[in-house]
Amino acid sequence: MSRVSEIMDSMEYGPSVEDSSAARDWLKARAPFGHFIGGKVTKPGQTFATRDPSTGEALAKVTQGSAEDVAQAVRAARRAQPKWAALSGTERARYLYAIARHVQKRERILSVLETLDNGKPIRESRDIDIPLVARHFYHHAGWAELRDTAFPGHAPLGVCGQIIPWNFPLLMLAWKIAPALAAGNTVVLKPAEYTPLTALAFAEICQQIGLPAGVVNIVTGDGETGAALVAAQVDKIAFTGSTEVGRAIAGAMAGSGRALTLELGGKSPFIVMEDADLDAAVEGVVDSIWFNQGEVCCAGSRILVAEAVSDRFEALLRARMERLRPGPPLDKSTDIGAIVDPVQKDRILSICKAATDAGAELIGGQPGEGCFIAPGYLRNIAPGNPGMEQEIFGPIATLSTFRTADEAISLANNTRYGLAGSVWSESASVATDIAAQVKAGVLWINCANAFDAAAPFGGYRESGFGREGGRAGMLDYLAEPKIKSAGEAAPKAPVVMDGAEQGGGLDRTAKHYIGGAQKRPDGGVMYGVAGGLAPLGNRKDIRNAVEAAAKAGKWAAMGGHGRAQVLYYIAENLAARAEDFTRRTSRAETDAAIARAFHYAAWADKFDGTNVQARPGHLVNVIPEPFGVIGIACPNMQPLAGFMSLVMPAIAMGNCVVAIPAQDDPLALADLYQVFDTSDLPAGVVNIVTGSKPDLAQVLAAHDAVAAMWYAGAGLEAVELAAGGNLKPVWSPVNRDWTGAEAQGEEFLRRATRTKTVWLPYGALPAGAGTAY
Amino acid sequence: MSDHRNPGTDLRIEGFADIRINTPAALRRAATLPVRRSLKKDHQAAWLLNAVRCIDLTTLAGDDTEDRVARLCAKARQPVAAELLQAMGVPHLTTGAVCVYPTMVAAAKRALGNSGIPVASVATGFPAGLMPLDLRLAEIRHAVDQGADEIDIVITRAHVLRAEWTALYDEIRAMRDACGPVRMKTILATGDLKSLENVARASHVAMQAGADWIKTSTGKEGVNATLPVSLVMCRAIRDYRTLTGHRVGFKPAGGLRTARDAIDWQVLMAEELGRDWLSPDLFRIGASSLLGDIERQISHHVTGRYAAGHRQAIA
Repeated sequence: MSRVSEIMDSMEYGPSVEDSSAARDWLKARAPFGHFIGGKVTKPGQTFATRDPSTGEALAKVTQGSAEDVAQAVRAARRAQPKWAALSGTERARYLYAIARHVQKRERILSVLETLDNGKPIRESRDIDIPLVARHFYHHAGWAELRDTAFPGHAPLGVCGQIIPWNFPLLMLAWKIAPALAAGNTVVLKPAEYTPLTALAFAEICQQIGLPAGVVNIVTGDGETGAALVAAQVDKIAFTGSTEVGRAIAGAMAGSGRALTLELGGKSPFIVMEDADLDAAVEGVVDSIWFNQGEVCCAGSRILVAEAVSDRFEALLRARMERLRPGPPLDKSTDIGAIVDPVQKDRILSICKAATDAGAELIGGQPGEGCFIAPGYLRNIAPGNPGMEQEIFGPIATLSTFRTADEAISLANNTRYGLAGSVWSESASVATDIAAQVKAGVLWINCANAFDAAAPFGGYRESGFGREGGRAGMLDYLAEPKIKSAGEAAPKAPVVMDGAEQGGGLDRTAKHYIGGAQKRPDGGVMYGVAGGLAPLGNRKDIRNAVEAAAKAGKWAAMGGHGRAQVLYYIAENLAARAEDFTRRTSRAETDAAIARAFHYAAWADKFDGTNVQARPGHLVNVIPEPFGVIGIACPNMQPLAGFMSLVMPAIAMGNCVVAIPAQDDPLALADLYQVFDTSDLPAGVVNIVTGSKPDLAQVLAAHDAVAAMWYAGAGLEAVELAAGGNLKPVWSPVNRDWTGAEAQGEEFLRRATRTKTVWLPYGALPAGAGTAY
Repeated sequence: MSDHRNPGTDLRIEGFADIRINTPAALRRAATLPVRRSLKKDHQAAWLLNAVRCIDLTTLAGDDTEDRVARLCAKARQPVAAELLQAMGVPHLTTGAVCVYPTMVAAAKRALGNSGIPVASVATGFPAGLMPLDLRLAEIRHAVDQGADEIDIVITRAHVLRAEWTALYDEIRAMRDACGPVRMKTILATGDLKSLENVARASHVAMQAGADWIKTSTGKEGVNATLPVSLVMCRAIRDYRTLTGHRVGFKPAGGLRTARDAIDWQVLMAEELGRDWLSPDLFRIGASSLLGDIERQISHHVTGRYAAGHRQAIA
């Protein structure tokens, strides 16, 4: 029997290996690699090998970046930054455009290099990673062009330190570098230790297009190099990687006043409703956890399926899993390539073992020779199982069931993460409701792992903060227009029983305001403040206040118009009592307080999301959502205006607030909560605990149920350290004249929300079958 | 070739009533299927030759003559030049069948002689099917009398568009009875049904009524075989098999023109249904011009030179 006849019998695919000789020749001509600093490739220093994980073969030696290398790169970036920022938008856009074109011209070699270094299938690097890299630079060439029109008054941050992971090496580089450059920043980027090669190839592209020296600097190395970059004199750190490292970076950055965005881990729910197209959902799993060997931070790794269809879904899933082809990454018919490194393989296997030890059953998922693990999933798995809680970062999903939609949402949100989620249902009403209720930064309805440069990407909860892509992503590389800062007096240490006598009239006792009621301090202690005594709050008062705030979640569901009505009513009642407040504070503060309520009532139903042009046939909505509970430590000055300037925008957006008013002068708030009481503000939306600002703010910042923290004034470091526990973002608004025009505006609303990007592909008929477009 | 039949079942509306198809997801799967698999060299040649043996080499034109049909049959007997086959060590290769109008069946039978190549005949008022049922059934019987080995029937699209499942089932059942021992392909005319859910429902009714193959198109609709529609039909075949244990074949028609198309559809069959659905028993391609492009590719594979159509025997 001839060879062809034999194949006609077996109908096997046979090998179809992408030629890697051009990429290997490129490596041979250049290795060992130095860094890329100030437009030049440096002499290699101490080197380590980067390997092809599918064979273990050393591909090239690269340099382990030292603190001095990092410092040199930061100096180069610093030198280049003013000139780069001074270019016109069009001039910067032309460089970004040239990068996009050059990436496209080198698509083949970049794909091969990526696959060699990372182990991902060539089909994925060729059809997904590299095209998205080009798309990202095109999109941001546009933002460079439009920066001054789209973001008036904004300025670049300066030098950005960027640390990226090994799962999508060149794509993550693009996500970091494109917006930074478009905004006018210069960068020092550290690629992952396992996968530095495409970043070094990118450095060559920067040279070839004549990018000014020092605008992009690339320093290779391991975690030590990354730590040196975090410690260096950069104006921002942007990090994508594990939650563990992200937390360490947040700690190291605490109190530095430098910008930080974190894109961290995930354990994203993948919800299959009973009216889903189950075949489509199964393909969604293939595109989620069985994409890129499951080394995807936003992978839908927790499959939750309606009991009504779970048997059929699992049968389809299993059959589909068995048709996946693990194999050599360069083979064009490979679905599952190599795990990036033996260390990662061991980590995946150890979590699987812990999961099965705790009672789960593993289907598939067997390790192969070398860095290979077959696709698999864990069934019979309970919420507390380590396999259900930890990010496996390998081709292993979990599969569990739910009974009804509310249970699906509870299970979906039963995680410390909040990066993404995927919902499968043929009912638009069901799918959009679930998308609204899942707490995550990206929601895919009837699709999975869809990405685009125009669609912001980033997390809720311990999946980090900050966005990459689109307008929201640009804002994370821009500084707001400068505010004239005003100093405040440091709070005096609270002294118990040191209050001045109020004298005259009937005695009044100020209290905390918690859950819509006046509450005595838990410790039963008052401290002396301007004009009398205020309750001295403690940990338990904060605990009670957060609990009350968390229960007031219906406030967000009232909608913008409903909240506006309450804010208008607050303005009305404040105006009616203007004389009282003026006596307590000043005319200017009273006017400001009324103005804030009125102003944010106006915004409540107008701080809209957008529908972005990500892809044809997709409705992609970017929706600003409230955080939930925001902790606000108010300035120790202008107690009424400061409080209202921060609390009103927060609640206008649907947040509930626990506020620590001006420590030395909080008594105006005792009149203010009476206004709240008479203005139909639901109980728990605003909670006020007086006392020592540093002490209370730390408890608040450390509270896991508080989703964001605002802190005005000195003492930020301790608050930022405490906030690292659940990785809540901390915003420190510059103290300013809180009665002035700069004390209100869109920035406050942006800080009071985070975006959720919801993808919804649509189509009644197959393309070409007669649809109108 | 085995002669197994799909006996069908009673009409079971519950088998497809709650079917859900997400069209964008089906399009996505159809778009990525071909790029997930790659075939090179001998493997590519083998898969192309396999496509040839699955082709229902077709002429269904108003100007068909007996001589024209005879020429088509000659091509079916020797679809790829003998020297090319010899070079690849494939001793014998024919197309899966020839497909003609009922009045051409006798001519086709004569031309094919004892080659073993089946003659398929369209029937039932092809392509629109809007003739009285008794005439459509009579046409089937005529074609069978003429010696047809397979009958390709068309359904009444209105029954699908109006969700008249009983009427559709009864009609197809009657046609199958009229076919007697001859195997039946049911053309759904998916380009007229438009939505993928319609395609899936019609597929299920056709299989329940005893279709041995379900077929996308007559070749005369505005849109003929496409990968998304084929994907939906293959999944229906898979589900029907799970429910009943019966294997039903698939025939895309009218949309396959290039060697690349032939590979793409075979990848679809292999990935969604498995190896068994790559044999002519369960997979046919309704095509006329496709064969010429495949033969050019085969010629290139063997000789290393690009081929010109005028050096190949035409149908």
